[in-house]
Amino acid sequence: MSRYQKYWIAYTTIARKEILRFSRIWVQTVIPPVITMALYFIIFGNLIGQRIGEMDGMKYIDFIMPGLIMMAIITNSYANVVSSFYGAKFSRHIEEMLVSPIPNIVILMGFLTGGIARGLTVGLAVTGVSLFFTEISVEYPFIVLSIALLTALLFSLAGLINGVYAKSFDDISIIPTFVLTPLTYLGGIFYSIQLLPEFWQNFSLINPILYMINSFRFGFLGISDINIWLAFSVILVFIIVLFIICMMLLNRGTGIRE
Amino acid sequence: MYALEIQQLRKTYRNGFEALKGIDLKVQKGDFFALLGPNGAGKSTCIGIIASLINKTSGRVKIFDHDLDRELIEAKSRLGMVPQEFNFNIFEPVQEIIANQGGYYGVEPREIKQRTQFYLQELGLWDKRRLQARDLSGGMKRRLMIARALIHQPDLLILDEPTAGVDIELRRSMWDFMREINTNGTTIILTTHYLEEAEQMCRNIAIIDQGQIIQDTSMKALLKTLNSETFILYLTETVAELPRVKGSYTLRIHDEHTLEVDIPNDETLNDLILQLHAAGIQIDSMRNKVNRLEELFVSLVTNQESKP
Repeated sequence: MSRYQKYWIAYTTIARKEILRFSRIWVQTVIPPVITMALYFIIFGNLIGQRIGEMDGMKYIDFIMPGLIMMAIITNSYANVVSSFYGAKFSRHIEEMLVSPIPNIVILMGFLTGGIARGLTVGLAVTGVSLFFTEISVEYPFIVLSIALLTALLFSLAGLINGVYAKSFDDISIIPTFVLTPLTYLGGIFYSIQLLPEFWQNFSLINPILYMINSFRFGFLGISDINIWLAFSVILVFIIVLFIICMMLLNRGTGIRE
Repeated sequence: MYALEIQQLRKTYRNGFEALKGIDLKVQKGDFFALLGPNGAGKSTCIGIIASLINKTSGRVKIFDHDLDRELIEAKSRLGMVPQEFNFNIFEPVQEIIANQGGYYGVEPREIKQRTQFYLQELGLWDKRRLQARDLSGGMKRRLMIARALIHQPDLLILDEPTAGVDIELRRSMWDFMREINTNGTTIILTTHYLEEAEQMCRNIAIIDQGQIIQDTSMKALLKTLNSETFILYLTETVAELPRVKGSYTLRIHDEHTLEVDIPNDETLNDLILQLHAAGIQIDSMRNKVNRLEELFVSLVTNQESKP
């Protein structure tokens, strides 16, 4: 058997293990975000949304739907990798991989696959829930799929970096609470940045999540505050930078090797 | 080619503690090798570096001629590791822990299935295969780690305190299994605090203390350095006073049914028994007062500590 066949077996083992991990505890991993998003649809979409009227020429519930799906993808891909990686460190079963002849890139790909799988699973479930509240039309399916995939990948990478540096369970919730959630809410889920004063419009442009939500919304509705190619470029640049950081951390053994 | 070759291995932790001070070690292919040392001597650091769980400060480590710095993947693929502390996911079923480890080493799924069954049966865990690891007893968890380390059939197996907390019966069956694996060609490096175990199992031995190797020799040669051995003799009848014997034996009355005797290297146990028999003393049974290796180990480590 060639070296690359062995790496493939190792990769599929880690990926399967990661997917099984969140699938086994689906009541904790899949159901809660779906319920939360259903509440968003009920409160912001139906109850308040009817009073708000239209946003960018769209029904308010249709406007917020892509952002809510994207929020589920972001938080769940991140949460999956950070909790799995830190959990493996905490109970030391990360050593099972570290002593094995697996290149770090294979370990990384395995964890990322788990993060992407959970992000997309929850994203799909939220999409299913949204059908109870509105009709979904997809203008550009390729853009929807690629942005969902790339965003899940990006936040899985970010989750791994958090997992590498985390020294306690508190550390894995600090970034989601104090960074991810504010950036997501300010990333244009509930409003178009056109509504903001010019200064805050420009300020919003430094929020990377704005690009993901807008490009995802563009895929569904064909409207966006941001140029779609700029959004793709920003996401890809972030992925490349975070990927390099992840590989450097794993190669150095930061947080996992003494 | 050596199974393990260590040259000038040093490790200084960030807090400045020098755990390894340039050790050299060679373990022959096929050997059953004991790596002993008191707590904090540097054993776990050394093993951690071999298993690439700890980054070394300097030096060279080769596993079957594969340098950890240049051929890490090849070196790792030859190594199996049973660590001192449990390091598996306690929520995973037993058979999954082993199968996953096989997958990490690139073993084909069909082969993994066969080997999982074989090693779990050999180690008495087959009927527990569907249990979560947290539901196993301490001894079972140790055996699970042994099965996991063997799933890719390593050429070099490192056992770090594998029998800690395991009852005597199980320990013996584990050692029979280890002997069999060693006979079939796997080189084994063992660290243990049960020195009797090391004496019985291992052909060669290194003792590490304060980050340095203070002995690296064969078990036989090391045991020969003992100046004397102390035996406890249990007598059939009582003795009121010490019997007179020729030679440089030192006898003491332990109690009226028990004698304690130091036998120097130049005297024999057989000669003493004959003399006691002639003096009308019958021996019912006897035992070593202290395990020989334990006696040597304590004296070597104490000498090392008393050095300036």
